[in-house]
Amino acid sequence: VKAHLLWRDGDVDFTVTTTHASINVEGPEASPRAQALMQDLQLQPVLDAMAQGDPALREVARRVMLDSLDDPAAIRYRQDVLADCMRNETVVRQMLAVATEAVTLDRKLTWWFKTPEAVLRRSVEALQLFVGLLRRLRAVADDHGESFASEGFTTLFASLRRELSDDYFAQVEEHLERLRFPDGVLISAHLGPGLKPSRYVLRSGPPARVPLKERLRLEPQTEYHWDLPPRDEAGSRALSELNGQAISMVAEAASQSARHISSFFVMLWIELAFYAACLNLLAHLRGLNRRVCFPEPQPPDSGKLHFQELGDTGLAIKNVAVVGNSADADGKPLVMITGANSGGKSTFLRSVGIAQVMMQAGMFVTAEAFTASAARRLFTHFIRDEDPTMTRGKLDEELNRMSAIADELIPGSLVLFNESFAATNEREGSEIAGQIVRALLDGGVRVLFVTHQYTLADALHYDLVHPKLFLRAERTPDGERTFKLVEGPPLRTSFGEDLYRRIGGWRSTPSGDGPRPAGAAGVDRRSRQAADGKAGTIP
Amino acid sequence: VSAVPAEGPQARDRDPRPESGRQDRPVSLLHPAGHQPSPPGGGTKPDYFDDLNLDQFVDEVIARSTHPEQTGALLYSPLADTDIIRFRQGVFGDLAEPVLRERARHVVRLLSNVRRRLHSLVETEDPHERQGWLLDAAATYCEAVDSLGDALRSGGVRSQGLTLLSETLSRYRHSGPYTDLASEVSARQEALGRIRYCVRISGRKVQVSRYDGQADYSQEVEEVFHRFQQGAASDYWVNYRLPPALGRVGSQILTQVATLHPDEFESLALFCERHHDFACEQMMLLEGELDFYLSYLDNVDPLVSAGLPFCYPTIADAGTDEEVVQTFDIALASKLIGAGQSVVLNDFRLEGAERIFVVTGPNQGGKTTFGRTFGQLHHLASLGCPVPGESATLGRQDRIFTHFQRDEGSAEPRGRLEDDLRRIRHILEKATSHSVIVINEAFASTTLDDGRFLGTAILHRLIALGARGVYVTFVDELASIGPQVVSVVSTVADDDAARRTFKIVRAPANGLAYAVALAEKYDLTYEQLKRTLER
Repeated sequence: VKAHLLWRDGDVDFTVTTTHASINVEGPEASPRAQALMQDLQLQPVLDAMAQGDPALREVARRVMLDSLDDPAAIRYRQDVLADCMRNETVVRQMLAVATEAVTLDRKLTWWFKTPEAVLRRSVEALQLFVGLLRRLRAVADDHGESFASEGFTTLFASLRRELSDDYFAQVEEHLERLRFPDGVLISAHLGPGLKPSRYVLRSGPPARVPLKERLRLEPQTEYHWDLPPRDEAGSRALSELNGQAISMVAEAASQSARHISSFFVMLWIELAFYAACLNLLAHLRGLNRRVCFPEPQPPDSGKLHFQELGDTGLAIKNVAVVGNSADADGKPLVMITGANSGGKSTFLRSVGIAQVMMQAGMFVTAEAFTASAARRLFTHFIRDEDPTMTRGKLDEELNRMSAIADELIPGSLVLFNESFAATNEREGSEIAGQIVRALLDGGVRVLFVTHQYTLADALHYDLVHPKLFLRAERTPDGERTFKLVEGPPLRTSFGEDLYRRIGGWRSTPSGDGPRPAGAAGVDRRSRQAADGKAGTIP
Repeated sequence: VSAVPAEGPQARDRDPRPESGRQDRPVSLLHPAGHQPSPPGGGTKPDYFDDLNLDQFVDEVIARSTHPEQTGALLYSPLADTDIIRFRQGVFGDLAEPVLRERARHVVRLLSNVRRRLHSLVETEDPHERQGWLLDAAATYCEAVDSLGDALRSGGVRSQGLTLLSETLSRYRHSGPYTDLASEVSARQEALGRIRYCVRISGRKVQVSRYDGQADYSQEVEEVFHRFQQGAASDYWVNYRLPPALGRVGSQILTQVATLHPDEFESLALFCERHHDFACEQMMLLEGELDFYLSYLDNVDPLVSAGLPFCYPTIADAGTDEEVVQTFDIALASKLIGAGQSVVLNDFRLEGAERIFVVTGPNQGGKTTFGRTFGQLHHLASLGCPVPGESATLGRQDRIFTHFQRDEGSAEPRGRLEDDLRRIRHILEKATSHSVIVINEAFASTTLDDGRFLGTAILHRLIALGARGVYVTFVDELASIGPQVVSVVSTVADDDAARRTFKIVRAPANGLAYAVALAEKYDLTYEQLKRTLER
């Protein structure tokens, strides 16, 4: 019996344990990549809404969300299960309650006293309690199985009905009785190294009856027996040790059985907990009248990305006025987002990132429609300090992070850059960033890049090799920011232009918005030549 | 150390053999008869080990070894005697052959089991149990003797060391006492192995009987609950520990088992009386000796399978020309191969008056590695070990000295410079014209002027001394100081100045400047990143 509500086949890489009344999630810590996602995409408010104050739920949600799926079929599998949960919320929460009870029982499987006898006694006890909970779970399957349609749930209910038959429960009860060993224990052994007993095996069978002829010594003896003298303390210790060893084999089997059942419930709890967290988030968003939809996941190499009225889920949860954006970047592996500071660029980038994460977790997204290739791996490279100082150490740190990303990059990945490599002068930063972006595009990686560096944006805009979409933070003609992004080529950096204007007194004002000067592409070429020249050998 | 005798010491008393008139000479696999390595051990880690990263490589070899102390001592002690060097090269050469190596490894494992079993006899009280251990040890011993004998006979050995051992072993195996031991061991083992018995414990009552086909109960229980298993099954009785000795109840049970099977146990007692002293000392010493060779070979295996060349260097007199083709840093290569990366091979040649390589060029271009490689080669060659390279001719050396920049960040620059100078003066005091000296980036913490002045002064002294070595520096002028100096540079690719080749070639020193050097440091230029994505 196995719950497969998160994956058709496959398990989470973490587990839960209980101390007192609280459930703790344990497992390998999130990779640096996942930690960067948390931080850069600001997933905390999303998780808070999913947890509704329950730390264990939050932790499960976090781990499942950060362990992205990249197979559209696997994503739809989860979407189906989630849809079932939305239709049958009461039943699902009822199952979660049974699983919670079982998981809390798990404490009984951690023993302070490790003698085999104690282990066996506690295991049998635990098994008896688990059997009660299994019966309740099967009752749910019997009563409500029909109203579930997803593959995940129908498989689970079918296997509960098949594996947990009444016959099976009877068989289990009988074994729990035999495990009290009314006739003592029987062990077989070989003569091992040094003639020590080896390959102990606990045997089942009634005590051998010694034939009468043998008892009368008319036939050669085939068994010897003796009673330990009443005051032989050492012998009695040795005997109980041997007895313990014999029992330990079956005690281990019994306690492992109990652990098997426990781990079944643990898995069931984790899987239901994730969906319960999704239901929490949905209730929260609906309470704020936010629109959600199930996204349409596409295969990693399909080059899809288009959406309508996509909003930042994190902001939506906080009930901040959210600007919805629409864009179509199908077949365009590069999306450059340029424009004025505080123009909504970062928010937009985050909204795409969060939607991508939620889609690849099998969740709904806050948009009217969202279709995207699932990323084989999702990376974020965000400037970590919103006020970059022009120090070498900062660029070092960014390159170091990028280098860590490069180590993990595979074709079909998606990298979100936010003002990366700007911690040096614009020419150098643009050269570095340009090389990185081109290498990523050539390597089959999708890139979304927010930058205010005109040199970089301009160079990539006139790069004829890679299809791309250029978005710009919109401004009304009088300079007001709308936080909407519109399609459009990069403009000369607003900062320089603003400054230029503010200083004033120039004889004529060059228009940054006007047609691109013929030599502009040449600027890029020149700057790269200059860099090449510098990198070349000096005799 | 006695010879591998043609007969066991025990048997010699009762069965003197007529043909054993000829006394075998002691057979050691570490040196030819009559040659003792000098100095005879000492066996402490040389000062230059850490600088050359030899510690990384040698520690791995030692970690593989079942005789870490002996193996360590051998790897720490360069040999002055070229006869011993050639002797060991021969044994290495034979053992490098995969079939023979696998079998030698097996023999080492067996002998180490024999050693441990014989050791445990001392603390065993129960007579049946003691007899059991002795039989086990004897069986393993015979297996070791036979495997090694067969392996050497069919393995086509060519070395002086293994040929002599093969002859000695062959005489031993055909001796009466040994054949007697071997045949009795297998008869006893077979008889005892057939015994299986049952014990029932019920309260204070113990019952011993023959086993009669009763079913495995743990398995029954496990099967009932099996359907809940979520991951891979864990084997649940492997972890549980047998008490070290039988104890009285255990002895009682064994006594009853013996009563149920009187013939088998009587023959065992007889066997032990006759063969209690079966192991021959020379045979037992082979364990550690073979282990030295095998641990070294095993540790270079990953490099060999990655296609890297190894060779047995020709050891010439100090002062003759040195030439090594396609060599590499053995410690760095282990790391790179472990990480799935490729290794760059380099050649070097010192001829005529040439004594010292002055290495310049871009940082992280393989300069330090070149210095280490030079030092490592001289050390490993003087152990008689196979060394990195397609071919190598190296001069004999009396000592190796190294001076590497220490990463003691807290030290004040002035204090560090003084420390550097003192250490180099110390080297120049101890070194002779036969020494090998590797100096890396000395005075890097000073100004260019100071570095130039001090470097020139030191290099002139090295030249006057006549020692061989490598001098890694950032001061280009040092590379053209005289005919004794060979200027080599770390190079960059022709088409991409930011890409290092890690090739070190003979060329005049030429300063190189970099634009996007920082990105390059992180492997993030277009070319580098694209390669990363294509891997």
